[in-house]
Amino acid sequence: MSTPYLKIEQVSIEFPTPKGPFKALDKVNLKISRGEFVSLIGHSGCGKSTVLNIVAGLYKATEGGVVLEGKEVDEPGPERAVVFQHHSLLPWLSVYDNVRLAVDTVFKKTMNKAERDAWTRHNLELVHMSHALEKRPGEISGGMKQRVGIARALAMKPKVLLMDEPFGALDALTRAHLQDSLMEIQTELNNTVIMITHDVDEAVLLSDRIVMMTNGPAATVGEILEIDLPRPRNRLQLANDPHYNHLRAEVLSFLHDRHSRKDVA
Amino acid sequence: MTTRMLNWFMSSETSWFAPIIKLCKGENPKDQINTIFKTVGVPVIAFMIFLVLWSASASRVQTSLGQVPGPVAVMEQAQNLLAEHRAERQKAADFYERQRIRNEAKLAKDPQAEVKWRTYNGRPTYMDQIWTSLYTVFSGFLLASLLAIPLGIVCGLNQTTYSALDPLIQIFKPVSPLAWLPIVTMVVSAVYVSDDPMFPKSFVNSAITVTLCCLWPTLINTAVGVANIDKDLINVSRVLRLSWFAQLRKIVLPAAIPMMFTGLRLSLGVGWMVLIAAEMLAQNPGLGKFVWDEFQNGSSNSLGRIMVAVLTIGFIGFLLDRLMLSLQRAVSWDKSSASR
Repeated sequence: MSTPYLKIEQVSIEFPTPKGPFKALDKVNLKISRGEFVSLIGHSGCGKSTVLNIVAGLYKATEGGVVLEGKEVDEPGPERAVVFQHHSLLPWLSVYDNVRLAVDTVFKKTMNKAERDAWTRHNLELVHMSHALEKRPGEISGGMKQRVGIARALAMKPKVLLMDEPFGALDALTRAHLQDSLMEIQTELNNTVIMITHDVDEAVLLSDRIVMMTNGPAATVGEILEIDLPRPRNRLQLANDPHYNHLRAEVLSFLHDRHSRKDVA
Repeated sequence: MTTRMLNWFMSSETSWFAPIIKLCKGENPKDQINTIFKTVGVPVIAFMIFLVLWSASASRVQTSLGQVPGPVAVMEQAQNLLAEHRAERQKAADFYERQRIRNEAKLAKDPQAEVKWRTYNGRPTYMDQIWTSLYTVFSGFLLASLLAIPLGIVCGLNQTTYSALDPLIQIFKPVSPLAWLPIVTMVVSAVYVSDDPMFPKSFVNSAITVTLCCLWPTLINTAVGVANIDKDLINVSRVLRLSWFAQLRKIVLPAAIPMMFTGLRLSLGVGWMVLIAAEMLAQNPGLGKFVWDEFQNGSSNSLGRIMVAVLTIGFIGFLLDRLMLSLQRAVSWDKSSASR
């Protein structure tokens, strides 16, 4: 592995509750190289989203920290763009305006109006949403909203793209379409991505590495699995690929048998 | 073309119109007639029954001002009021015509002559009183909105401010306009002193009373709308590193608009109710004063004329509500919030 691009070091977080502090994460360590696609997988409530929110800067770690390109992360910013689980598009703005707001905010000083317009359209083109520029979020399907959410995040030219169960709320077919789109975009842009998921197939199909997390409280990284399947990957061919099925079985067995903290330790 | 027309009718308030068009086009006549009956027929029949019951029960009650008027008597009084309005307008027009002729004659004789142009001082007619009421209620409502919206935003943004103001809001919200009015009257007489006042005092009293009563729905709804903004949207704003002001302008305010308009609509409804009572006491020349004057007047027509006022007040209240609803629909991104 090359020098780490993003380092998550000894991150622990406690949330105050009426019954005293609740330790959600305990000493999470992870190194991610540039251009790597990493999935975080684990049972619900194991703190996957918390890790992502700490990297995003939306939560502050109680101990430890996140270092991106040698600089410590202490607040949210567009270089760590987030694709939210529930799209979080502004319902009063059109698809175009939602992305344009991000572009205008991030590239206020570096691009002129025409460039910003072109960049907005380019990113919507990338997620195949050029046909619905003037539609409001309420008028398009859940899958389309998530595409726009991805376009908005990509438009910020993030150093790391953070995706919080981006396809979790979608039906299986729409999800497959979006996964294919995401792989296509990934081939082109080679972004550094951290994706939260609870879908084993999705994790194996998309990732370079899968980080499996133990159950909370005090969740941490359990095992890390390298996915050395060659790219481009095709879901249909992989379905009969013994190596793919072996990897899939690895993740499943972790989730079923080895997810509690003491088993890993 | 017809489908586009159809869509327009379906989308607008006049959705009862659609089956009539379809009927003309000959689509499933039976279904269309059924729909027309349900949307138009039923309310019309219910209204008829109401008129019959009203007429039957009114004739049984004798008051010191004569029989309680039934629908026919009320209709008569409505026509009388309209006739009086026309007569008064005619008198005004005649007055100005006479004045013009007189002055022109004077100027023709001697171009240097001094001519006087007087304004006609007639009694306010029923229509004038309606206008006064509308003008007053909108003044009070506007003032209330100008105060309540910014205050509501501050309350929604800042939990401490909200906690501080909440007891005051809860205590003043249920206060009747009749309780406010004496205080408002005294304060206005003490503070609003001028030789040539821009607005009559009775108007200022009524408008301020309306303001005091219709502040609250807008204030509370705006605060709730701002406070309950989707946390994810705030996170979007944080990731974009929007400044405090940009976040307010681009995320918080648009998000709160539907609730804000719900509040405004409630406020205008409250304001219109309050206004009639305020005008009665403040003697502001509007519908409230009209009702009071007729009551004091005590002629055999009075009850009928008051009944006309009651219906007018109801109908205008209904129109105001529709107006706000249309406005709410036009500006609000959340169409479901403006459905009823």
